[in-house]
Amino acid sequence: MRLAELVTATAIALLSVYLMWKSGEGPSWDPTAQRFANIGINIDGRGPGSGFWPFWLSAAMFLASLAVIFNWATRRSRPSRSDDQYLDAEGKKMLVQVGGGLFAFLGLIHFLGYYGAIFLFLIYSVYYIGRHKLRLTLAVSVAVPVFCFFFFDIAMRIVLPKGYLEPLFLPLYEIFY
Amino acid sequence: MDVLLHLADGILAALAPINLGLAFLGVVIGLFVGAMPGLGSVNGVAILLPFTFVIQQITGTATSPMIFLAAIYYGAMYGGAISSITLGIPGASTAVATTFDGRPLALKGEAGRALVIAAVASFIGGTVANVVFTGAAPLLASVALKFGNPEIFALMLLAFATFVGLGGDDIPKTLISIFFGLIVSAIGFDIISGTPRLLLFDSTVWFSRGIQFLVLAIGVYGIGEMLWTINSYRYDMKMTEADITMKEVGLSILRFREAWKGTAIGSLLGFFVGILPAAGATPGSLMAYGVAKMVSKDKSKFGKGQPDGVAAPESANNSASTGAMLPMMTLGIPGSPTTAVLLAGMVIWGLQPGPRLFTDQPDFVWPLIGSFYVSNVIAVAVNLAFIPLFLWVLRMPFTILAPLIFVLSVVGIYAAYQNIYDVWLMLFFGIGAFLLRILDYPLAPAVLAIVLGPIAEPTLRQSLILSDGSLSIFFTRPIAGPITVVAIILILLPLFGLIRRKIKASGRGGLTV
Repeated sequence: MRLAELVTATAIALLSVYLMWKSGEGPSWDPTAQRFANIGINIDGRGPGSGFWPFWLSAAMFLASLAVIFNWATRRSRPSRSDDQYLDAEGKKMLVQVGGGLFAFLGLIHFLGYYGAIFLFLIYSVYYIGRHKLRLTLAVSVAVPVFCFFFFDIAMRIVLPKGYLEPLFLPLYEIFY
Repeated sequence: MDVLLHLADGILAALAPINLGLAFLGVVIGLFVGAMPGLGSVNGVAILLPFTFVIQQITGTATSPMIFLAAIYYGAMYGGAISSITLGIPGASTAVATTFDGRPLALKGEAGRALVIAAVASFIGGTVANVVFTGAAPLLASVALKFGNPEIFALMLLAFATFVGLGGDDIPKTLISIFFGLIVSAIGFDIISGTPRLLLFDSTVWFSRGIQFLVLAIGVYGIGEMLWTINSYRYDMKMTEADITMKEVGLSILRFREAWKGTAIGSLLGFFVGILPAAGATPGSLMAYGVAKMVSKDKSKFGKGQPDGVAAPESANNSASTGAMLPMMTLGIPGSPTTAVLLAGMVIWGLQPGPRLFTDQPDFVWPLIGSFYVSNVIAVAVNLAFIPLFLWVLRMPFTILAPLIFVLSVVGIYAAYQNIYDVWLMLFFGIGAFLLRILDYPLAPAVLAIVLGPIAEPTLRQSLILSDGSLSIFFTRPIAGPITVVAIILILLPLFGLIRRKIKASGRGGLTV
């Protein structure tokens, strides 16, 4: 937990510096614009520039992350005093299984569309992670995409992506549109 | 008198079949969401917000979707008690205090009695809050009409300051959360000059449209919270022990008067705590429990199944949820993460929350206020009638519920913005939120900040244009000045506490921390 506290605070500090750098960027259509020319509070009597708000917020976030590091060094915060693991073995396994499953779910949407991806994600989650019976798994995995199709595509006319499975839906479009 | 006429009109509009149906549906969903450990009103409202765009399309008004979401909020306040009492696991943070005496009552075999006390106390708390709200809202709105840009920015500052001063979380981490939310809200295009800014990694595909509020909110509350709950409980959440009959429910209603004192304390205290930004229903219910115990003749009974110990937090969390709507609707400042989501919804539906809402959109405001009364009645009726049914539904294993919520989040974000990049961003935010939460980073301030950022930045910049870049404008105006000073005091409050502790410690000759 202690190491994670330091690593996270350092990452936030670095992110803050990057955000300060990006905030100072001039518009791409004006190559003559100098970096950080837009962060002033009153530029040419026209008030704050476009970078004023994000730059100073990022600077403040940088200072706050330094304060977290200071609290870490002096052991003032709970995680900086804790000897517990940031994520125990079971937690890491959960993150890989559930988080990995979510990444795969979103990745599959690009190929199988929403309905195919939902079907496979639910099979994976309910059967593989949840250890439920195959019959229940199939009931949930089929019912949810079917409900979503009729709710979004048919009733609400919000067409969800279907990827390579699009041809399978053409007969349904014929019926319902 | 005008207020009563408006209210009567509002209640009639709320009783229109479509609104009544939505209030009923919202209450039922809210009860379930509130009762399910790991989910609270904010999760329910955030995850279902994209679906309200459809309701708006069908009804052609922003009132109906708002009634739906407000009913979820209400229902969740009632529902939180169900798992607190029957399982000892709070359904939502707002029902933590309910476990203190609700769970011991259930262990004594009086779960039905505890659930009825919770439901009736919630109803009374909600009703008291509605009456105070109806009276106070137009008055506050008329005062707020005098507000200009400096005053509005000062109020925003006050909202953030209360998180720092009163939130009770690690201060630097709270600040990081606030700054992060504000920076995220600035991604995309500068709203005043039209200049593109903060296109991270020079990616126009991901960032040129800006980061929508829901992407962060559902990432935090749909994905992050679920991961956190799974990690904390390891899927081991099932309500198998609870079994309550309608007869028990009926008998317990007749014995409710034993909890009148706790109900009265919770109803009044909850409302005023609810108004404070960063406070909301959770501290409201905890404070009400504390006060009920403090004024009780027999304090030793608390924690062992005292009816007042259930009534006080339950009436308070309902009362506070209405109280939190007051600054949201009249000043445009949300008093809790849930009202922040509601506020964002109002903006998405094309409304401008704030004092003008009462004068410019009476057709929205009064039916909504009317719906608070209607939803409250529906909530207590549904709660009492369906307690046995909810317990049956709540036996759904978490290993099925969690993937369903993930699917709902992923579909909901796409339905709202029709952009797959937003869905990926939501996942990144969700995993980031989970990892940060383990290290005690509070996430509610970030959600509040991404809502308030688009209001705070233009009001700050326009104020500075007005003052030729001088910050004194926030101190010299009669309304903005005191608000800014109070905000600064609140920000410095933790520092005062630290100094006081140091002086005390050095006075004792001890070590300073």
